[in-house]
Amino acid sequence: MSAPTITADSITATADQPVQFYDLDEHAHPEGHSTMLGFWIYLMSDCLIFAILFACFAVLGGSYAAGPAPKDLFELPLVALNTAMLLFSSITYGFAVLQMQQGKVKGTQLWLAITGLFGLAFLGIELYEFHHLIEIGATPQRSAFLSSFFTLVGTHGLHVTFGTLWLVVLMVQLGKHGLIAANKRRVMCLSMFWHFLDVVWIGVFTIVYLMGVLR
Amino acid sequence: MSDPHHAADGAHEIEMPHASMRDYLIGFILSVVLTAIPFWLVMERPLSDGATAAVIMVFAAVQIVVHMVFFLHMSPKAEGGWSITSLTFTIIIVVIMLAGSLWVMHHLNTNMMPSPHDMSQLP
Repeated sequence: MSAPTITADSITATADQPVQFYDLDEHAHPEGHSTMLGFWIYLMSDCLIFAILFACFAVLGGSYAAGPAPKDLFELPLVALNTAMLLFSSITYGFAVLQMQQGKVKGTQLWLAITGLFGLAFLGIELYEFHHLIEIGATPQRSAFLSSFFTLVGTHGLHVTFGTLWLVVLMVQLGKHGLIAANKRRVMCLSMFWHFLDVVWIGVFTIVYLMGVLR
Repeated sequence: MSDPHHAADGAHEIEMPHASMRDYLIGFILSVVLTAIPFWLVMERPLSDGATAAVIMVFAAVQIVVHMVFFLHMSPKAEGGWSITSLTFTIIIVVIMLAGSLWVMHHLNTNMMPSPHDMSQLP
């Protein structure tokens, strides 16, 4: 035996060509074929950012520096309303995706607009809460608990702000070019982003608000 | 076309998850239930504090899975398995980081010099 055995179908060479063990000319990929996976990996890295902020809050969330505790600050009905806004925006985004699958541009834009309104309602309630907290002296400088609270919840709010901006841009792009392949891809990427923010919010309302009030 | 492999309608070959009304509605109803119960438990306190904390943490974990499956269309087959691979990797990192931070910082707090305020209460 001079050479390792090679099955016949792994060799595509004829007698006068060198033996090839791999594809020399790569087969074609449709444009944007890896965008969805790439965007998912971006979301996973974003997940790490939130995990760090959650870890900070978990460590510092009990350090009140003789300042106000979650029990004194948080109003659960307001948080429940906020959670409802984000949940409604998730299902309305779902409706936008369904309209897109049926090839309806106007319907997609309409549901994206409704999603944006729920996003703005969420941001409005959150800004109202932050404003109220700062007004009564519960500023980020007050204690380690409040620093980590504002950083974690503020970072999430910033993500929702940029998601809302993206929604507006996407509606313009849909109006200009219709449901071309690139726009469908964009709708699906923002869908992942938007639902991912809702997943992070589950962690926020459970760990920050509900556990905070229990503490 | 110079590239023999490239089909003329290549733009439509991208694999996208197929969403259905049924998925979104099931996900939404489950999410509403899984959100309402923790809020009710904390606002009304029918259980002890420890039991309430355990229940709301479990509900949050279940709701995250519900969102992943019904809203983010996550499945072991999505993107040829690469989505779930990167998700699993991320979860491992997150668990190590969260558990490690809490563990280390708890010990650090326990072993810290008592502050003057606490010192006054020592025997």
